[in-house]
Amino acid sequence: MMTIVDRGNGTSVGDRSYDAVMARNGAIMRAALGVDYAGYESGSIAFDYDRLMGDVGYTVDDVREAQRRVGVGNTPLLELRRLTALARQCAEDGLGARIFVKDEQTNPSGSYKDRRASMSIVQARELGFRGVAAATSGNYGAAVASQAAMAGLKCVIAQECYDSARIGQPEILEKMRKCEALGAEVMQLSVGPELFYSYLLMLEETGYFNASLYSAYGIAGVEPLGVEIVEQCHSLLGKAPEHVIATNAGGGNLTGTARGLRIAGAHHTLVHGASVDLHGLSMASDHDFNRKSFTTGHTGFGMPYATDPDHSDVPRSAARPLRYMDDYLLVKQGEVFAMTELLAHLEGMERGPAGNTSLAAAFALARTRPRDEVIVVQETEYTGAGKHPLAQLSFARDMGIEVRLGDPDDEIPGRSIVLPDHPSRISARYADLERMRTSYIRNAVDHVGGAQAVGGGTGIASAVDVDYLVAETRTDERFVRRTLTNLGVGFSGNGAVIRT
Amino acid sequence: MPARPGDWVQIHRVVLAPHERTGKLPEDTRAVPFESWSKGFLVGRAADETVGGPVDVGVAGVSVGDLVEVETVVGRRLRGRLVALNPGYDHGFGTTYVPELLHVARQAQAVLAEAHRDRDRHDLAGGR
Repeated sequence: MMTIVDRGNGTSVGDRSYDAVMARNGAIMRAALGVDYAGYESGSIAFDYDRLMGDVGYTVDDVREAQRRVGVGNTPLLELRRLTALARQCAEDGLGARIFVKDEQTNPSGSYKDRRASMSIVQARELGFRGVAAATSGNYGAAVASQAAMAGLKCVIAQECYDSARIGQPEILEKMRKCEALGAEVMQLSVGPELFYSYLLMLEETGYFNASLYSAYGIAGVEPLGVEIVEQCHSLLGKAPEHVIATNAGGGNLTGTARGLRIAGAHHTLVHGASVDLHGLSMASDHDFNRKSFTTGHTGFGMPYATDPDHSDVPRSAARPLRYMDDYLLVKQGEVFAMTELLAHLEGMERGPAGNTSLAAAFALARTRPRDEVIVVQETEYTGAGKHPLAQLSFARDMGIEVRLGDPDDEIPGRSIVLPDHPSRISARYADLERMRTSYIRNAVDHVGGAQAVGGGTGIASAVDVDYLVAETRTDERFVRRTLTNLGVGFSGNGAVIRT
Repeated sequence: MPARPGDWVQIHRVVLAPHERTGKLPEDTRAVPFESWSKGFLVGRAADETVGGPVDVGVAGVSVGDLVEVETVVGRRLRGRLVALNPGYDHGFGTTYVPELLHVARQAQAVLAEAHRDRDRHDLAGGR
């Protein structure tokens, strides 16, 4: 006998069609973020980044205390003596800087993302939300789920996991498992930017907090990482490190760490970004999706987010890597897998490959730096099923990627993974930072609507705009003015208005 | 094996058909649907995709392919086609070993061992 129950309590969501929901993006996000970004705008290119970060209202010590309570932070700093020795064997006399690593996998959910998530949950609680959500295929999902569990909040994680053949990337399947193990609901989507539409619908329906990767609270959560590095180096070595390498994708990792280093007074420490080089692959391509072995920490995010930070899910991202990056190192997939294996065999530490992108860059950099210099690799991540070189390389072979030993420079993303046939092949390659900075300025102008829209429609960039762009790109007035001029923007100053 | 109300299941939905996909997309992505998968406790068979409409909770069981409603762990109600009952996790450490990795490690050990030997030889010869 069949029983039919008329539920009657539909969702409060209105028109669920794609266009209608995307048109409600602003309203949904304002409700889900609890922050009005409009107040930070200048009306032109610039916005008040310092005030955005200042409004978090927590000092670094406040953040450290909040994190201590949830078991986040205070991770070990370990010297990798045998990797250093190996680098010295692959370097000229007198070269071979000392390599240290912050073992971030000791955080509750196994990565430094716990630092960001802890502050996201602090913010959610302050604002009175009863649930949190995040759109991420990475470790951040597990971190948010973990912190939500501790706070008794509900959690939904949206991840891009499957291609059109319903093949799941092993790394992302493990994230799903981890999030579910921590009590979260996981929405799994196929490839495409329309994930944002599904995510918005869920936010609207649940009324949960959007624990964005780009929030000021999240970035503030990373600052203690930089502070710890300085404190630990002072204690161990009597000085701050000469170099810190931070894996770069969305930019939050590098931004937070660099800000922490400055807070701790380490103004001479060079901050290097590091990404896996996936040039040639399209991040929105169904075909390419499962033909890469890294799902984050790569140029597919690193390039667009550095050159256009404000295209994320918040109006103004607190993650602004070009502001803090001294240079940007690119490594090959094969190099990172090799370093993961070396970390295990030479240092007795088995860690997830995605967390070793900076380690590969550090090894390459160490070969070029004096022996008395210190390089700190700013993270590790946990390892397990799916998050493992064997899982990824075996999967790559299944997907038709050639996996072989050879010269990493021969690696073609999507076609081959080349493990270095000698450690001396692991090399420092630098992205073209000047080109990225130029790109950034062009995108910043596009953001306000083009050259003629700058300065509230006058086509003139103010001194505030220029100062902002100088800070955002770590360049100088001359560079900014020249770039703006080339874009058809005029600027005030010296009484002369220049237009092309 | 039929799934019954209360069972832990996985459902699938086509969120956007290929012709409904939007914006700047590579051709290969535009040609396929945008899909979602979710897990939850089976509520019952559903007559249509609209959550809030009637659900059939008394039936003997539903099968893979049937349109159903589930309740997720946070209490959301979702509808889609049943694809799995008690879905497990089958990601692991790969289907085969990759010996190239071991080669990298052993080579590095050899480089370090060679360096050690050189150092010992140097010391024995009285160098500093």
